[in-house]
Amino acid sequence: MELVFDGIVTAWQLLISLDQELLAVTILSLKVSGLATFISVLIGILGGTCTVLAEFPGKRLLISLVNTSMGLPPVVVGLFVTIMLWRNGPLNMLDILYTPTAMVIAQTIIATPIVTGITIASLQSLPSNMKLQILALGASRIQMVWILIKEARLALLAGIMAGFGGVISEVGASIMVGGNIKGYTRVLTTATVMETSMGNFDKAIAFGLVLLLVCFIINYFLTRVQQKERLR
Amino acid sequence: MKRVMQTLFAVALSLVMMLGSLPAVASTKTIILATTTSTQDSGLLDALIPLFEKESHYFVKTIAVGSGQAMAMGKKGEADVLLVHSPDAEKKFMQDSYGSSRKLVMHNDFIIVGPALDPAGIKGVKTSAEAFKKIAASGKLFISRGDNSGTHAKEKLLWKAAGLTPEGNKWFQQTGLGMGQTLNVAAEKKAYTLTDRATYLALKKNLNLSVLVEGDARLLNVYHVIEVNAAKWPKVNSAGGKAFSDFMVSGKTQAVIGSFGVDKYGSPLFFPDAGKRPESLGL
Repeated sequence: MELVFDGIVTAWQLLISLDQELLAVTILSLKVSGLATFISVLIGILGGTCTVLAEFPGKRLLISLVNTSMGLPPVVVGLFVTIMLWRNGPLNMLDILYTPTAMVIAQTIIATPIVTGITIASLQSLPSNMKLQILALGASRIQMVWILIKEARLALLAGIMAGFGGVISEVGASIMVGGNIKGYTRVLTTATVMETSMGNFDKAIAFGLVLLLVCFIINYFLTRVQQKERLR
Repeated sequence: MKRVMQTLFAVALSLVMMLGSLPAVASTKTIILATTTSTQDSGLLDALIPLFEKESHYFVKTIAVGSGQAMAMGKKGEADVLLVHSPDAEKKFMQDSYGSSRKLVMHNDFIIVGPALDPAGIKGVKTSAEAFKKIAASGKLFISRGDNSGTHAKEKLLWKAAGLTPEGNKWFQQTGLGMGQTLNVAAEKKAYTLTDRATYLALKKNLNLSVLVEGDARLLNVYHVIEVNAAKWPKVNSAGGKAFSDFMVSGKTQAVIGSFGVDKYGSPLFFPDAGKRPESLGL
């Protein structure tokens, strides 16, 4: 228990003094995971909407695949992305292994199925004849899609939160494709792992607490937007 | 809804701007250093890398893994230079011409640590073989790295020298983790383990483990720097690898290594050896 207390004290001291390392690590975490979430929201909402509205053979299989991928283990994603990006791997011309860009790619692969899956579930939970109704009232196809997305927005925001929460808290992929390089690819989760193995438990707890704080602040704002919408 | 859209749009815009602001470094000025966990967990690399980067203007991507994995990266040409401590595997690596040069950098020693109460009674035993036999006979828990690292390679050698095969026994557990984490596991389980002295000293304050066996000639822990052979893998940055290798054996760096940890632990964690003949260490 003493350690946890030490950790809280250390976290507070680092925060108060605006510790350069902590600041840099936190900002990189936000950049990488924010960007990955943004890309996965674009792909996920578009892909999810298309999947729901289109009828094609293998649709159920595709949805099951997406749902399974919602639980993709980050280490497995990390391993495959690493092998692809190796100097002598198939995507070597990108030359981005052990860079923040590689981390964005890995995290996007992790978050996209989560956003897609929740998009599919939320659109499918709308009344089934709503689509016909909207079209019957004279809306164009694009307007119809827009109205459906608007109707499902509460659940979609939940999807964004789940995607962001999934990637900012993962460590397996980030440490593999990023390498936890000081001042370059070190993020809150990989820093926590490293400080733990260095025996600096107070610092490890401090990084962990900052991670929780960051997650809370972001989810608080997203939730506020979501709940405000609900009241209208 | 309009306000939400505006907010989302602002967030999106700022994220897109971030895309350009992710740090990027030209690859010719980058070297990948694959190294053992002990050099990172003890804090030595945090002292050395900034000096090298300032002096050479190379950007070092340090990937801290076990010596086994570091050499596997070298064999695939995925690293430019290695800092490792697994002499037998290193010799094989050089024989198969995966490396273009191998230089002695420093040494310290391995120690056998365990609970102060020492239920297997190994304290003060002269040789590691005898200590391992006693642990096996007592059936007290021994924690192994089990990750093909330099320390694990040394441990396997010691078991062999003691004429024992620990795998499959109830008292023998493998973590598959780095040295720091393995020490924590051993401390929690009140178990014995083999560790390099540097990591032990760096973590000592949180561990309830005592040094029980030390000083056996077999327990020597030697670090070499190896340049990966660019003839095998043209993408290897051989100039960068050579610069780092030369840096590690330069007089200035060796002085830093020799004094590293003295202020914190009262004694150095590593002893500089550049230019010495391996035989002088008893190899």
